[in-house]
Amino acid sequence: MAKIQRPGVMAKLATFRGLAQRFAFVSLFLLAFALMMLGKAENVVVERARAGIADIAAPILDALSRPVATVSDLITQTNEMMNLRDENARLREENGRLRAWYGVATHLAAENESLRNLLNYVPQARSGFISARVVGDGGGPFVRSALINSGERDGVAKGLAALNEQGLVGRVTDVGQRSARILLLTDFNSKIPVMLETSRDRAILAGDNSAQPQLSFLPPNSRPKVGERVVTSGHGGLLPAGLPVGVVLGMRDGQMRVQPFVNWDRLEYVRIVDFGPIPAPEASAADAPVIIERPALKPAPQVVAPAAPVAGEVSDSEDEDGVPPAAEILPGSPTAPASGPRQ
Amino acid sequence: MTSGGLWQRLDRFGRNLVPLAITLALVILGAVPVPIAGYASVVPLFSLCAVFFWAIYRPHLLPPWLVFAIGLVQDALSGTPFGLNAIMLLLVYGMVANQRRFFLSKPFTLVWWGFMLITLIAIVVAWLLASIAFGVIIRPGPASFQFLLTLALYPLAALLLSGAQRLLPQPA
Repeated sequence: MAKIQRPGVMAKLATFRGLAQRFAFVSLFLLAFALMMLGKAENVVVERARAGIADIAAPILDALSRPVATVSDLITQTNEMMNLRDENARLREENGRLRAWYGVATHLAAENESLRNLLNYVPQARSGFISARVVGDGGGPFVRSALINSGERDGVAKGLAALNEQGLVGRVTDVGQRSARILLLTDFNSKIPVMLETSRDRAILAGDNSAQPQLSFLPPNSRPKVGERVVTSGHGGLLPAGLPVGVVLGMRDGQMRVQPFVNWDRLEYVRIVDFGPIPAPEASAADAPVIIERPALKPAPQVVAPAAPVAGEVSDSEDEDGVPPAAEILPGSPTAPASGPRQ
Repeated sequence: MTSGGLWQRLDRFGRNLVPLAITLALVILGAVPVPIAGYASVVPLFSLCAVFFWAIYRPHLLPPWLVFAIGLVQDALSGTPFGLNAIMLLLVYGMVANQRRFFLSKPFTLVWWGFMLITLIAIVVAWLLASIAFGVIIRPGPASFQFLLTLALYPLAALLLSGAQRLLPQPA
C-alpha cells in the first residue's frame, strides 16, 4: 500500500489508511497479550468476561451436545446388547461382592454412630450437590477442562469438587451465571493433595495433561503398590478427605503414575459437591468417610454414603443393650462398646 | 427510499454476516464434547480454517477486530489462557493478509501448502505461549496431532466455505 508513490490527496489518504490499519492490527495483538497476562494474574474483569462469553454459549453448546450424546448412547447400547450374557455374569459376581460390602458398611455405620454418640461428636454438615451436564470439552492440546451447564444461580462456586459416579473429576475454577468450568485433575495446573489408602502416605497428585497424572512429593521411603487406591487427603482445606481418585499404575516415564477412576472420554454428567466448611486437615483425616482395610475384598465405596437410613435403623434398635444389630452381620467383627450410647 | 431498496440493504447486510456467523459456529462446534478417546486434546482447529479462508477471499467481511473477538470466544469456551487463540488467529490473519495476492491467483494445492505453513507457525507460537504461560514444557504430541488433523480437514472446510461464499455479494 505504501508502494503507491503518486503525489496527491488520494495517495496520502491510502498511505494513512494503511498505517492506521497496521497500527490497529498491532494494537489488537498487544491487547491479546495484555489479556493473557491479566488472565494469568487472575484479574476479575478478565474472569468476568470469560465467564460471560461461556454463559452466552452454554445453552447453544447444551443443545448441540445432546444429539452427539444420543448417538454415542445408541452405539453403547448396541454394544451392551451384544455383551448381555457376559455382563450379566459379571454383574452377578459383583453383586455378591457388593452384598458382602453392604454388610460391612451397615455394620461400620452402626459402629460409627454409637462411637460418635459416646464421644458427643458433632457431625459434619451434610453436603449438598448439584448435578450438571458437561456441554463443552474441546480444550485442545494445552488444557484439560470441561464446561458445565450450571453456574452461580444453581449454587456452583469456585473451588467446589466435581465428582461423577466413578470418582473425583476435578475442581471448579471459573463460574458464570449459568455455566462453570471444571479444571480436570489431569490438567497441568491441577495439584491435589492425596494419600495412598493402605499405607496412608501423603502425596500431591499433579496433572501433566496426560490421561494418567503423577504422584509427586511422595515420602522418600514410600513404596506405592501397583493397584493401591489413591484418595484425597483433605490437606490444604480445598477438598474433604477420602474422595476416590484412582489406583496406582506404577512407574511410567520415570514417574509414579495414577490411573484415575474417571473415564475421561465419556464425561457426560458431573456432580458439583459442596462439602461445607472443611475441618482442619488432622481432624478431617481422622474422620474420613469409612475407609476399610480389607485386602481380600475389592471395595467399591462411594463418597456420598447412605448415612441417613442406617442411622435411623440404629437408633431404633439401640434399646436392647447398646449393641447395634448390624454387628451380627460379620462374624468376628469387633463388638460394639459395652455401655449404651446414651449417657 | 423504496421498500425494495430497504430489503436489498437488509439482504446484503445479512449476507455480509455470513463469514462471521460461520466462523463463530465453527468455534462452538469445536467445543462440543465428542465421546471419542483423546478427541478433546486433538480437536481440529475448525475456526482457523475459516479465518484463513475468509482472510484470502473476503477480508473486509472479517476485519481484524472480529478475528480478535472470535479468538476470545474460543478461549472462553475451551478454557485456554484468555487471549491465546486470539493471538493465534490474528497471526494467521496477518500472515495471509501479507500474501493475499499470491493466494488469490494460485490453484488449490498451493493454497493448501500455504495453509500448512501458516498453521504450523500459528500452532508452534500457540504452543510456545501456552508453555510460557503455564511455566512448563507442554508435550508437543497432541499439538502435532492437532496440526495434522487441521491440515487434513482444510480441503473439506474450503469446499464448504466456497459454497457459503457464493451466497455473498460480489466485493465492490
